[in-house]
Amino acid sequence: MICIVCPMGCPLSVEKTADGFKVSGNTCPRGEKYAIAECTAPTRTLTSIVPVKGKDMVSVKSSAPLPKEKIFDCVNVLATITLDAPVKVGDIIVKDILGTGVDIVATKNIP
Amino acid sequence: MKHVDIVIIGGGPAGMAAAVSAYKAGIRDILILERDQHLGGILQQCIHNGFGLHHFGEELTGPEYAWRYEEEVQKLNIPYKLGAMVTDLTADRKVTYISEEDGEVTLDAGAVILAMGCRERSRGALNIPGVRPAGIYTAGTAQRFVNIKGYMPGKNIVILGSGDIGLIMARRMTLEGAKVQAVCELMPYSGGLNRNIVQCLNDFNIPLRLSHTVVQIHGKDRVTGVTIAKVDENRQPIESTREFIECDTLLLSCGLLPENELTKCAGITLDRVTGGAVCDSYRQTSAKGIFSCGNVLHVHDLVDFVSEEAELAGASAAAYVRGELSTNGRVIAVNPTGGVRYTVPQMLYTEGGDVKLFFRVADIYNNVTVRVSDGNNIIFEKKRKKVAPGEMESIALKADILKNINGDNITVTLIKEGEKA
Ligand SMILES: Cc1cc2nc3c(=O)[nH]c(=O)nc-3n(C[C@H](O)[C@H](O)[C@H](O)COP(=O)(O)OP(=O)(O)OC[C@H]3O[C@@H](n4cnc5c(N)ncnc54)[C@H](O)[C@@H]3O)c2cc1C
Ligand code: SF4
Repeated sequence: MICIVCPMGCPLSVEKTADGFKVSGNTCPRGEKYAIAECTAPTRTLTSIVPVKGKDMVSVKSSAPLPKEKIFDCVNVLATITLDAPVKVGDIIVKDILGTGVDIVATKNIP
Repeated sequence: MKHVDIVIIGGGPAGMAAAVSAYKAGIRDILILERDQHLGGILQQCIHNGFGLHHFGEELTGPEYAWRYEEEVQKLNIPYKLGAMVTDLTADRKVTYISEEDGEVTLDAGAVILAMGCRERSRGALNIPGVRPAGIYTAGTAQRFVNIKGYMPGKNIVILGSGDIGLIMARRMTLEGAKVQAVCELMPYSGGLNRNIVQCLNDFNIPLRLSHTVVQIHGKDRVTGVTIAKVDENRQPIESTREFIECDTLLLSCGLLPENELTKCAGITLDRVTGGAVCDSYRQTSAKGIFSCGNVLHVHDLVDFVSEEAELAGASAAAYVRGELSTNGRVIAVNPTGGVRYTVPQMLYTEGGDVKLFFRVADIYNNVTVRVSDGNNIIFEKKRKKVAPGEMESIALKADILKNINGDNITVTLIKEGEKA
């Protein structure tokens, strides 16, 4: 398994133990957290775009990583949305998307 | 002719960071010239996250990273012009630009900072036989279409080249509903980061075909498919491995080239390997008072290092304007050899203080020693577990090491201990 938390990309190995997981190969503690999450409930940050009437697209991201298996469902929710300008960095575009507790926020200003 | 203390060409992350740094070094008469309608450069279309881990200690998307700098430029009231395209530059720092608002204007600059970024190698640079139907784009052009205009260039896609932009686009196109058939890579390894192979290809079961290239493009008006083939050690296609893949779009992600037309106008010496200017440890080029930073100097993988380099160039330009840039001591040429392709800077001064030397290697090597020597002595050594062409390396040379250099050049070499990977 390759850690994807930072550009170092450390090769990790994970062993199942009686009381959880034993991770090796990580350079920092974030690697251990990632490996365990990847084995139990993998998550990914989603970045995408939403149209703004008469303007360029606004780029958006999930405010926290989403469950990996919900990524495509979230993209489908975004596909139904059109915004009105102006949009500002940090504006919440979708609150608590699909009940995940995670918001979709704008990452760009569209004046 | 109007005088400006520091003119910065390009308002991407490099230009903005250079401007902020020159301002903080006490210069107020600054002007950023940007041909686009907004600041931020290429980051505006890089909507994925992963930027800023080094510089801001958090994970930002490209537009957010750009916004951090734009906010600062605005807060400090640093003047900038949008829609201002620089068309000429001379070695004595006359900068000519055109804009709708001002027409053609020539400025007399105290110092100039080149921050024009890079462009993608186009398909002209590639040798794929066959006609040229519609449906062939560089990955960066497709990225702009999708992420800024919301326009999908195709539905069924093959990507040639596995650098980070190609990998990122494989994921983007998949999330937008396209089917990415394969990413082909001529080399036996990917030029992209491992994390991008995992989260952009493996997550979506997109095959990465290493040592493969596109040998033919099919279709008359629109691409209908490509023929790919495995290549041998000499990167020549092996006939018996030809394989047809149906697709309507071919994306090319075959590397970036620094945008140095203006640098050439000024007669500045270019490095054949980087495609950017030859510079000293202050990022000053062969023309006095003209500095260079960011992707126009050499292609960076991480914008964080672009910002760092631009801050150095900005501070150096400020020192130059005040007549305080210390180019004391002897000039030392830095020569890359033995697996090191290039270094930046290419020149340094024995009395110029600490220097961080950036370099790229020619191949993947495990367990190497980076060695710097001055002909007589080894002046610096550092062990590295793994080095790869896709990842920029750096070493820090302390001022007292530099002071003691014999002669007028040093070499940077890889001493290979282990097997070549
Ligand atoms: C398609 C693409 C995708 C990339 N994706 C990533 C990524 O995912 N992650 C990452 O870290 N890095 C990525 N990079 C690298 C990225 O370019 C750098 O990290 C960073 O944006 C470089 O900053 P820069 O300011 O040097 O160049 P740029 O961002 O390219 O900015 C240069 C600016 O100069 C302006 N300019 C050029 N010529 C003139 C002129 N004659 N007159 C006036 N203005 C001019 C341009 O309009 C532009 O705004 C990517 C690069 C490209 C090309
Ligand atoms: S383990 Fe730590 S250093 Fe290694 S890739 Fe993961 S986050 Fe980066």
